[in-house]
Amino acid sequence: MTGYDIVFILVALLTAGSAVLTVTSKNLFHAALFLAVTLAGIAGVFLVLRADFLALVQLVVYVGSVAVLFLFGLMLTRAPIGREALDGQNRGLALVVSGTLFVVLSSLIVSSFGGERAAEVAGPGIEVIGIAIFADWVLPFELLSMMLLAALIGAILLARREDGESGEPDDEGRIEFGDEPSTEAGAHELPRGDSQPELTSGGDR
Amino acid sequence: MSLIGPLLLATFLFCVGVYGLIARRNAVLVLISVELMLVSVNINLVAFQNLLFPGAEAVHGQMFALFIIAVAAAEAGVGLAIIFNLFRNRATVNVDDVDLMRW
Repeated sequence: MTGYDIVFILVALLTAGSAVLTVTSKNLFHAALFLAVTLAGIAGVFLVLRADFLALVQLVVYVGSVAVLFLFGLMLTRAPIGREALDGQNRGLALVVSGTLFVVLSSLIVSSFGGERAAEVAGPGIEVIGIAIFADWVLPFELLSMMLLAALIGAILLARREDGESGEPDDEGRIEFGDEPSTEAGAHELPRGDSQPELTSGGDR
Repeated sequence: MSLIGPLLLATFLFCVGVYGLIARRNAVLVLISVELMLVSVNINLVAFQNLLFPGAEAVHGQMFALFIIAVAAAEAGVGLAIIFNLFRNRATVNVDDVDLMRW
């Protein structure tokens, strides 16, 4: 039992506990905050495993953006607070499935790697990772950036507010296809609500 | 440092994610559980890279973990956009209520 093991066990207990609270918490907001704690704990696990760059990426991407994204998602969908609304009737089924999976997987892991100990813990430095990304992995890296761009545009298209849905009705401010072309003078007479008059082509819906 | 600790932690987090995926009814919480499962795999990759092959030339373990992080971020964005659309169309994010395509 080295110092590494003790630090790892502490961080792992924190991570596992907050993960359990993430899926059992009654309050939706608390669940998202416990998710942030879990992700930060996993960054700590990466630090113990000497993967410094990955720990930093984990902090920036997950704790910084994904957790905040989930908080926004919970607030925008006006999530109800209450246990009945959160958990379905299949909590017992979920316990059985996940418990069986855990027992099977952990027994396999113990039988495969039970006595194995790493003499040293060392990871590639950040310069090695950088060179590897831009030498061996440059094509997957570029594909990944294209996929991120596609996901970004797709998310904007999906989440865009269209007519006929919730929100303030803004029929008088809307400029339909075939109306008189709006001029700068005419635009001032339009009602200035919280939403700007929207240009719709009309052909695609 | 023993290899079994990170592997067991990753397994536990994955199973917690499976539990949340089945038990939760709010779609955002289901997405959070999926995120938990994706993150737990990264611990496995990093543990195998840094404990079994320390000082190796290849960095595949950490590279795959980086790629998984990027894909998970994209998945969270698109998934939340779909859930917003669902909320606007059906005024609910309860996955039990979305049974339009059920036979």
